[in-house]
Amino acid sequence: MDFKDTPEEAKFRAKCRAWLEENAELKSAETNSTEKMNVGNESVLEKARVWQKKKYDAGWAMLHWPEEFGGIGASPIERIIWSEEESKFDVPRGIYEIGLGMAGPVLMEYATDEQKARYLPPMAEGKEIWCQLFSEPSAGSDVAGLRSKAVQDGDKWIVNGQKVWTSGAQFSDYGILVVRHDPSAAKHKGLTFFFVDMKSKGIEVKPIQQITGGSSFNEVYFNDVEIPDSHRLGEIGDGWKVAITTLMNERLAVGDANGVDAREAFELAKQQDDRGAPMIENQAVRESIADWYCEANGLKNTKLRTMSALSRGDTPGPEASITKVVSANKLQAIGNFGMDAADMAGMLMEKDQKTFEFQQAWMGAAGLRIAGGTDEILKNIIAERVLGLPQEARADKGLAFKDIPTGKN
Amino acid sequence: MNLDFSNDQKLLQDEASKFLIKEEALKASRAVMETKSNYDPELWQKIVQLGWTGIRIPEEFGGLGLGHLELCVIAEELGRQLAPVPFSSSVYLFTEALLEFASEEQKTQILPQLVSGEVVGTFAMAETAAAPTEQNLVVNYADGKLSGKKIAVPDAEVASHAIVVAKENNHATMCLVNLKDASVTVEKQNNIDESRGYFSIEFKNTPAEIIGDSGSGWLHAEKILNHAATLFAFEQIGGAQETLDMANAYAKERYAFGRPIGSFQAIKHKLADMYIALTLAKSNSYYAAWALSTDAAELPAAAATARVSATKAFQLCAQENIQTHGGNGFTWEYDCHLFYKRSKLLSLNLGSLASWKEKLIQSLEQANTQS
Repeated sequence: MDFKDTPEEAKFRAKCRAWLEENAELKSAETNSTEKMNVGNESVLEKARVWQKKKYDAGWAMLHWPEEFGGIGASPIERIIWSEEESKFDVPRGIYEIGLGMAGPVLMEYATDEQKARYLPPMAEGKEIWCQLFSEPSAGSDVAGLRSKAVQDGDKWIVNGQKVWTSGAQFSDYGILVVRHDPSAAKHKGLTFFFVDMKSKGIEVKPIQQITGGSSFNEVYFNDVEIPDSHRLGEIGDGWKVAITTLMNERLAVGDANGVDAREAFELAKQQDDRGAPMIENQAVRESIADWYCEANGLKNTKLRTMSALSRGDTPGPEASITKVVSANKLQAIGNFGMDAADMAGMLMEKDQKTFEFQQAWMGAAGLRIAGGTDEILKNIIAERVLGLPQEARADKGLAFKDIPTGKN
Repeated sequence: MNLDFSNDQKLLQDEASKFLIKEEALKASRAVMETKSNYDPELWQKIVQLGWTGIRIPEEFGGLGLGHLELCVIAEELGRQLAPVPFSSSVYLFTEALLEFASEEQKTQILPQLVSGEVVGTFAMAETAAAPTEQNLVVNYADGKLSGKKIAVPDAEVASHAIVVAKENNHATMCLVNLKDASVTVEKQNNIDESRGYFSIEFKNTPAEIIGDSGSGWLHAEKILNHAATLFAFEQIGGAQETLDMANAYAKERYAFGRPIGSFQAIKHKLADMYIALTLAKSNSYYAAWALSTDAAELPAAAATARVSATKAFQLCAQENIQTHGGNGFTWEYDCHLFYKRSKLLSLNLGSLASWKEKLIQSLEQANTQS
């Protein structure tokens, strides 16, 4: 056991590091805490574009992609090394994640060579932003229950319906989209997958205000939107198969929660007064921090195990599937603690208080426990895919989609 | 980056697993629980013959001269099969203490006999129903003699020797004692897991020799407990894995309301929670194994982190395994209770969960930690 890079990995890391040092500034304490809070803000968007383009020109934007699309054919461990190094620098991240992480692989697998040549390089370059149009008001965890309708009309399709929770739709150029082409087929069989120009006539994007007050995602309405059949990805009726690859990607790979962790709780408790003594001397606080520390390090060491497998060229085990459910719940608990630590003043929200980042964590964690797969869905996935337990009995099994019972919405 | 065991170590683990299954270690554990015996002598003999008691003992003393990582993979399998042998007392505690602190003379005298099985060792710390501290020790060492009573000492009947943490003047000193001396009285104490034997030991002017430095016994003992916590964490994740596997198998074959109970989300989420706890514990145990095998400065925090997560994981998995089995899980006939009892025993044998959380926070305060 050791934590060293292999000679090749060390060489690669040095290469990443050298380029980053030439092109970006190392993070400072202040940049750490404000990161990610301003996604969607115009100046952040522009900064992200510039950074993405810089990376693209040097081959770092999608380094695991083949050279013809702007990558350098990097291995999985090289991707991680790049990402570790990049995260040490004060650069905008997060805006291109959905497009690059979800639309990218689908296009790579299902698009024609011509389409790949047309769409992948600008996606990597950051010239064109992509979003993901899957969830609907009546289809969240049960996303295959979606109702947006596509009707074929010669060599095009007419789409009507509504999507929701679409991050970045307000500034996206294209979207990947799953719709129902056949309501008389069974739920999973009647779906077809497309990509769509977000500037198409009939698409309307309305921001959703979140409990944090910010708006990073949207409702997207489709009113007689025309999509050429050539923008279909996969066969008619294969929509679920195409979607599930990206969903599994999203549900299992959504990483560690950003924000305050055991370390910040510990630092806060050392500084915080608790009836005349530092709060870290309170036994209940000590035990809670110990628990969070064990979880935080459990996740960190789990990631190191995954990296070890990748470094050997093996497929990692399923252990990374625990990451989001553990980190989102931990974030919520630590956010809660940080506010309680200030006693009555924990209610007050002022940006210059140390409580502020705990309040942000507490607010954000409530969403994080839902986004990209709820706690419950993630536990189902662990139970079914990792432990091999049978699926839940379903009330919609074998029924045509149109005959499936529905609630009010 | 390599936070994993080597192929050779995995092979050793596989062999250990096959051996313990062939020897029906779990059945032996039940047999020990149901009779008056305190361990399984035949299984123990075979383990000695395999050389496991000398894994860490250098070749010059007749051992295999291997490292802590080899010991970790064997510990995981012993924990998985609940092997009823004095291995942990003699190897994780007694042998580790000798390797770490004994003089060359003491090593030359005892280590070869640990390899051959002529010496079996144990470790005596607790005295009352409260966490031991350097201040509350009463068992006393003075002028080569030991007096007083220790409780909750594992395997003291089969053990020929013990390392005893005793008071010397106002500090602690670690002493080596021959338990077969006429001045020593060993008495069985009933415990929650009767597949393991626990005893009180009374010393009356018993001849004893100092291990390590006089007056540094508390620091020495803390170090040995960190070694043992890491090794026991592997027993705990072995036990947690086994109970998760048992619950998983049962959830697939047991039907209720016309379908396997494993198809209900209430059971799925329970098992997912077990898997999550186990995965965190396993990853932390791997990190502690690295810290132990390299004698890293991070060991105190790493060992406490592994101990806390592994204790929580094994207790959760063992208790929820019974719950998944329903009424059957509460019967003597099913094996669930063997693991439930062992999980609690292992949660206390080196001090309670709360004590280890406290040690973890103290080590964070001293800052030798994984960043």
